[in-house]
Amino acid sequence: MINKTVKNAQEALQGVQDSMTLMLGGFGLCGIPENSIQELLRLGVKDLTCISNNAGVDDFGIGLLLQKRQVRKMISSYVGENAEFERQLLSGELEVELIPQGTLAERIRAGGAGIPAFFTPAGYGTEVGEGKESREFNGKRYLMEEWLKADFSFVKAWKGDTAGNLIFKGTARNFNPMMAAAGKITVAEVEELVPAGELDPNMIHTPGIYVQRIFQGEKYEKRIEQRTVRTA
Amino acid sequence: MGLDKNQIAKRIAKEVKNGMYVNLGIGIPTLVANYIPEGVEVVLQSENGLLGMGPFPTEDKVDADLINAGKQTITTLPGSSIFSSAESFGMIRGEHVDLTILGAMEVSEQGDIANWKIPGKMVKGMGGAMDLVASAKNIIVAMQHTARDGSSKLLKECTLPITGLKCIKKIVTDLAVLEVTEDGFKLLERAPGVTVEDIQKATEGRLIVEGDIPEVQI
Repeated sequence: MINKTVKNAQEALQGVQDSMTLMLGGFGLCGIPENSIQELLRLGVKDLTCISNNAGVDDFGIGLLLQKRQVRKMISSYVGENAEFERQLLSGELEVELIPQGTLAERIRAGGAGIPAFFTPAGYGTEVGEGKESREFNGKRYLMEEWLKADFSFVKAWKGDTAGNLIFKGTARNFNPMMAAAGKITVAEVEELVPAGELDPNMIHTPGIYVQRIFQGEKYEKRIEQRTVRTA
Repeated sequence: MGLDKNQIAKRIAKEVKNGMYVNLGIGIPTLVANYIPEGVEVVLQSENGLLGMGPFPTEDKVDADLINAGKQTITTLPGSSIFSSAESFGMIRGEHVDLTILGAMEVSEQGDIANWKIPGKMVKGMGGAMDLVASAKNIIVAMQHTARDGSSKLLKECTLPITGLKCIKKIVTDLAVLEVTEDGFKLLERAPGVTVEDIQKATEGRLIVEGDIPEVQI
């Protein structure tokens, strides 16, 4: 079996350069590639285009890259939790492209699946549809949306094996599987890395073919944005 | 006078029928889950990739890897399933989700909705709202009938940037329950202590009043 293992984040991120387009998995702070983000900070690469559903919070996730002005453009569906983001956007330092969440997910999926464009009803008749081709199918209007691809995709899984197969846990799956397929080079970081053969092939969420480099993350903070509990 | 947020949620809960798959938006729609009548079995969909959303966890069961679309920690239930964001919006666009309940800033008499952007204010993004309104078979809106300055939010045409066209079927506000028909807002029920005249005054779009309008029962 092809061994995709690299030693650490430093080795995994070799080749990441200024002005690249990156995909980063996660929904809010759930399922984000924490260790790869730390390494992007250390590398100091800049003018990045980041495709990610959200933009982190001020002091965690992609928010850390924003603080260091490493991001030129964000492509996201919702960016509401980040004051530094707002400041850079209003001052024109940062560009943002907002995309309906389902369209974002599907454009990434299309990128990984070799489908250059598709039609979706989301955004028809809104400013999202301005300048886009639309067509009628069965009496309803749809917008044409194009695939998204990345130079590097950074995904985070619960378990992975040396062949690059991934298993996610809970709603930390979110955008990670599609991004894994849409990256020219996909870096997977996992909480637990095991030898090929230890994961049940029936339980794999992302097949190793999509993953070029895999490593076990040094540590995971897994910060919670909205800790909501009930009394027992 | 009028319904409070919990009463709006309670009224909407009566629209939720046994066996439905339901997506609840953030705000008042989330409260609807608290009022689903006993014996009515529904499956809540959270668009970040979960069917069968359970209640908030007890302190010892908090899991950072298990959140809802509002980023709150939650739990699963027996029979829950978890999937990717692409799969999640696939089931939304594919009309497998029976009912969507969401908030709005404005609704027009044609059923257009505006709920994602206010010009001049920081734009946070539409999240999944545009996908949901473009595809849902049945959408109920929970909203205040008027803005703080008293101006109507039930309009002839939306003034704010549109989220989706001709998609809203039913509206529950603090003042009334209304159905969006081809001819305008049809008044179905009025909140206790609220008169038809009050509702007429608070509605800029065309209001259709036929016969006696009963009070909301909650």
